[in-house]
Amino acid sequence: MNLGSIIESGLKEIWAHWFRSLLTMFGVILGVASLVTMSAFVKGKENLLKDSLAESGGLERIIVDDNDDLPDYQKHLEDEANGMTLKDVYALQKNAPLVHSVTPVIEKRSYRGSLRVSRKGKRVRYASVKGTWPSLLEIEEHELEHGRLFSDMDDLLANTVCIIGTQIRNDLFGEYDNQGEEIIPIGEKIMINYIPFKIIGMFKQYMSEEDRKKKEEAHAAGQTVARPDFAQVRAAYMSGDRQSGTVMRIYSMKNSTIMIPINTLVSKLDSAYDRGSNMDRSLSKVAMKIYDVSTLEKSLQQVRNVLMQTHKGLEDFEFETQEGFAGDINLSIQNERISGMFIAGICLLVGGIGIVNIMLSSISERVREIGIRKSIGATNMDVFLQILTESIVIAVAGGIAGLIVSPILVNTLASFADNTTPPVMTAFAMAVAFGFSVMTGSLAGLFPAIKAAKLDPIQALRYD
Amino acid sequence: MPFLELRDIHKTYHLGGETIRALDGVSLDIDSGEFISIIGPSGSGKSTLMHILGCLDTPTSGTINLDGMMIHDASPRQLATIRNKKIGFVFQFFNLLPKLTVRQNVELPMIYSGLSGKERRERAMNSLSSVNMEDRSKHRPSQLSGGQQQRAAIARALVNDPRIIFADEPTGNLDSNTGVLILEMFDKLHQEGRTVMLVTHDPEIAAVTPRRIEIRDGKIANETDPKLAGNVPKFAQVTDIKSQKTPDMTS
Repeated sequence: MNLGSIIESGLKEIWAHWFRSLLTMFGVILGVASLVTMSAFVKGKENLLKDSLAESGGLERIIVDDNDDLPDYQKHLEDEANGMTLKDVYALQKNAPLVHSVTPVIEKRSYRGSLRVSRKGKRVRYASVKGTWPSLLEIEEHELEHGRLFSDMDDLLANTVCIIGTQIRNDLFGEYDNQGEEIIPIGEKIMINYIPFKIIGMFKQYMSEEDRKKKEEAHAAGQTVARPDFAQVRAAYMSGDRQSGTVMRIYSMKNSTIMIPINTLVSKLDSAYDRGSNMDRSLSKVAMKIYDVSTLEKSLQQVRNVLMQTHKGLEDFEFETQEGFAGDINLSIQNERISGMFIAGICLLVGGIGIVNIMLSSISERVREIGIRKSIGATNMDVFLQILTESIVIAVAGGIAGLIVSPILVNTLASFADNTTPPVMTAFAMAVAFGFSVMTGSLAGLFPAIKAAKLDPIQALRYD
Repeated sequence: MPFLELRDIHKTYHLGGETIRALDGVSLDIDSGEFISIIGPSGSGKSTLMHILGCLDTPTSGTINLDGMMIHDASPRQLATIRNKKIGFVFQFFNLLPKLTVRQNVELPMIYSGLSGKERRERAMNSLSSVNMEDRSKHRPSQLSGGQQQRAAIARALVNDPRIIFADEPTGNLDSNTGVLILEMFDKLHQEGRTVMLVTHDPEIAAVTPRRIEIRDGKIANETDPKLAGNVPKFAQVTDIKSQKTPDMTS
């Protein structure tokens, strides 16, 4: 008996009881659809998290922070520890060849109350002013869309120039003018702590791919989209959805950046500064980028060696790498994948049991038929293959139906959960789900098929 | 050499603690082209004998030589192939598959012998026309009368051109006129040179065959063989036999 006629007779048998077969298929349909849907959502989340990792500088970014908590044996030297200074930056530039670029950052944030960014009575809710060098642009993956960067001369002369993020523009100027054109406030003045700063450049708007699509669609339709402001992000962060909160925060914080030359910040915005030497001003952090992630350990060691020299052996600094973040991403994706697989696996198991059940009742209805087939020359193998094929055909049909259903399910769920990460369906996940359905069918058909093949032809012929 | 040669066949069943001797030392030679009936009351072992001859079952002991092959200890797979190629079955309850059309039913044995769809269709139609059923090929068994169903079953039994045809009470579910037609059909097959074996409890039906073997308690109790007796009942006599009071052939 060739495969074609086996499959043909399997399909006939299923069609003869189409309603029963459909009910049986539901288990497999649900299993396959849930597997594909789960992996689509996890993949979407993974993509977003990886994007945001790259957006915040990638794995090559290292930040050196102050660390007030000295090791025990150095506690008595606490007064000597004066944190990171420009001296460290220069020392690293000269002596750490594994470091690609290094830049100092002094950061002031508005929500602590020490900073006020305003223009004509409008005030920015949240801003982060960073006094730094132009190379921060590269380290923090900023992109300048309009205007220019500040130059070394701006830094040297402590010019009051700034580069702003789009959120600052939105708060102070609005996003679109009356004609619906985007406002580009290059050349305008804003007040930082009552000191006028000239806007010389603006970053591009940072947002996830999905948000960008939404925005473009909305803009085409002539509307503006309310993007999550910082309060919302904080709420999301606090309410436990830590990961998506972190992601939203990365985009939102980048958009709320104001970059000014470091000398400008020190000489114009530092009220308590004695203007002795800029070299002693302690930095908020030193940001750097290494050449290659594979040399991360060595680079860290090199940086540490240099800093131990400049800090007179005091370990009053600590490293902040993105490895933790990357590890968190992988761990959480893995967990979600496992739990999703588990649920889908149970669905397929239930579906498989349904198939076993229906095939057993089907062969007990057809004992006589099996007897007849054997009496006219069907071998045990023919009968075995026939029952097994029917079971696989049910599972495959269920699998295909599940694949057809899954995009609908994904879109429906995505539309219900508006502010979760957009799902991404992959061909690989669909192939895996389909493979599992075929496997379920084969395993489920095995026992009924063996039972049918073992029937004694004489007993089966007498059966009523 | 006989076409079918049985030597000292035993078949025992164990039911509960009891041992049942369904066949108890049966030896039999059947030549090619014979028309035989096996007769006996129910429980006599005639069905068991037919199942063993028809390769549906294997004996507990003894040897069977079918067409030069020793089949008493053949594997289930070999037996299936023999059933498919050398043996045709006709049953009392027709045993057509209700979900298939008549033609598909007749095609079934050829599916298991691996013929192509086109050849299957041709041979099925030929076989159906040999039993005058070609105009019913698209009907389902449930749309046919008993006689038509049995003719379809005969067509199915013939389709792989078997060496021997076993008919187990082939007229048991038919009225007497249709039964006669079916018996005529077996006689015709016999005339064409096939080996045909009827299994029945009814001496009247057995009377149509030249050779009659009576089974009782798992043994051959009586055998009427034209080669020995020379008294060959003709098929035309069947109706006479039916109208008269049949002589008791079992005595």
